[in-house]
Amino acid sequence: MSAHVTGNGRTDRRLKPLGWDEAVDLEKPPASIPEISETEVPAELRARIEALMARYPDRRSAALPALDAAQRVHGWCSPEAIGQVAAVMRVTPAYLSSVATFYDMLRTEPVGSRYVYVCTSVACCLRDARTVHDAIADEAERQGLEDCDIREFECLGACDMAPMASVDGRYVGPLEAADAEEIVAALKENREVLPGRSLSDRGYALPWAGDGHEGEPA
Amino acid sequence: MSETLQTKVLTANLDVENLHEIEVYEAQGGYRSARKAALELAPEEVVEVLEASGLRGRGGAGFSMGKKASFIPKGTMDKYLCCNADESEPGTFKDRLLMQRNPHLLVEGCIIGAIAAGANRAFIFIRGEYSLQADILDAAVEQAYAKGYLGKSAFGSGTQVELVVHRGEGAYICGEESALLDALEGKRGNPRLKPPFPANQGLYQGPTLINNVETLCNTPIIIEKGADWYRQYGVGNSTGTKMVSVSGNVQRPGNYEIELGITAREIVYGLAGGPLPGREIKCWFPGGSSAPVLLPEALDLPYTFESMAEAGSMLGSGAIIVVDDSIPIVSVALRLAGFYRHESCGKCVPCREGTNWTVKMLERIDRGEATPMDIEIVAGVQENIIGNCLCVLGDSMAMPIGSMIKHFRPEFEAHIEAARERADRAAAVGEFSAVELAASAHAGPGVG
Repeated sequence: MSAHVTGNGRTDRRLKPLGWDEAVDLEKPPASIPEISETEVPAELRARIEALMARYPDRRSAALPALDAAQRVHGWCSPEAIGQVAAVMRVTPAYLSSVATFYDMLRTEPVGSRYVYVCTSVACCLRDARTVHDAIADEAERQGLEDCDIREFECLGACDMAPMASVDGRYVGPLEAADAEEIVAALKENREVLPGRSLSDRGYALPWAGDGHEGEPA
Repeated sequence: MSETLQTKVLTANLDVENLHEIEVYEAQGGYRSARKAALELAPEEVVEVLEASGLRGRGGAGFSMGKKASFIPKGTMDKYLCCNADESEPGTFKDRLLMQRNPHLLVEGCIIGAIAAGANRAFIFIRGEYSLQADILDAAVEQAYAKGYLGKSAFGSGTQVELVVHRGEGAYICGEESALLDALEGKRGNPRLKPPFPANQGLYQGPTLINNVETLCNTPIIIEKGADWYRQYGVGNSTGTKMVSVSGNVQRPGNYEIELGITAREIVYGLAGGPLPGREIKCWFPGGSSAPVLLPEALDLPYTFESMAEAGSMLGSGAIIVVDDSIPIVSVALRLAGFYRHESCGKCVPCREGTNWTVKMLERIDRGEATPMDIEIVAGVQENIIGNCLCVLGDSMAMPIGSMIKHFRPEFEAHIEAARERADRAAAVGEFSAVELAASAHAGPGVG
């Protein structure tokens, strides 16, 4: 995690990767590849992973999309989820854990099955993204939003919309701290977050597009 | 300033309604080039045209695309094409626009690239955060398969071209080509030792051509209109147009397509509207956050690969990030270093430790616990990272941080002095901790 905030005196909620300080159980024997006949795998997930493996010359290439598929079922890459993927893919759980812990979008702790990634990378921070993140985090606490991972995230590739956030993959922006209340309320009530202000919305345009200036954002 | 500042080649028909549908794309002349490459041209001829066009890689390194394709060995072994759509360089968002609005252009570019490399299998490695764009690409690929443009016999030519959209799961390092290959093989995205280069031993140990989205999107246009037509755009060895993403402290951030060779000032002021009223530009990154910063004077240079390199920086991915005078340079440095610390894969010590200690030292500077001598130490750490790792992630932090110290040393010194005075006062007051007071002193629109 992009640790540490200096601008507003608030420390980052995730200075170290989750689970960083947990001791390893050295007594436990290494897990072998789980038997598919002895592992309960939801039929849909199994079919999905098998279809993914068939796309590549080497089945292991499916590791990332398969873990993502399991995460969608289980909410995170739980030991159970990893066990199921391992059984279908015929690889060890340890191999999949090594992959899951490397990537930011694979959750190796039950931090919530939904997410709000607020981009706080260089370009967004120049436009005050940290304030937006803190406002959303505070608002989530105030409204008691549960099962949602609100975190700072490195560049999401939407610096034109800065400051912005990805809500379950839906890019919304430009944001202000004042939007926090509505974002959290919409998440809580399972409504679409900020309709009309997402890159996914038909006809979405940046506020300054077509303002009579000679240059037009392509 | 006029509309002529933009030269729309790649983005010419971006506003066409439903361009993501294959029929609409074909009505615009789409897939003619791929069909021509598959049915009428030999692979060598495709490579020749691309080389003659002078098209240089648009992902960051700026290497000749045709030359790169010509490095792929001939023979019957399995060869691969990988499209690098991992676009994660801070400030860069041009590929996102192209993939979202004109996905078939990329699919067509992948077919042409695969034919040029003699590859039967192609992959688009797209970052997982771009789920909207990945869905759009998936639909486009499916349409191209249904039409027989992809598959066992592309366009009925007998040449097999398979294309799979592969989603990453969030790691900047996967934009590095050899890390991308590891991620595509289902591993942690660690860069590989080079040589062997991917052209000889890449994906699944086979020869692999890796190109950026924008580069591949240029190929259908070059095949259709010819190398000479393409060369009329740009200057010198920087031919063609370039998608430029402008972000940061400007009035109109966004993607603009320009002819290589117009000045950076025309881009930043003419197209992006310049800084907010009453603000001045302090410095700017000409090619993403990995490019050393330049001062406002350099805005009058032509925006080309060569002139940015001569000025001590690089054109990189074509992402201009503008920093105005309201932002303390120390906070820009700190945020930048924080990014690279987070994204370092940890494989090489100079990068893993160097990024971490740079952040810690910059934090000390910001808290008022440093002395001017610490600036030397920070600068020294950067020098020890450069060139000492398997990939350039560490260098990508070291170069811009080094350039900030070079251009803004007096501000670093003043920052240290001011922070120390604040900390001393706080200690004298005794009511707040030094850290709290130092932090609250520049709350506001600073970079965190």
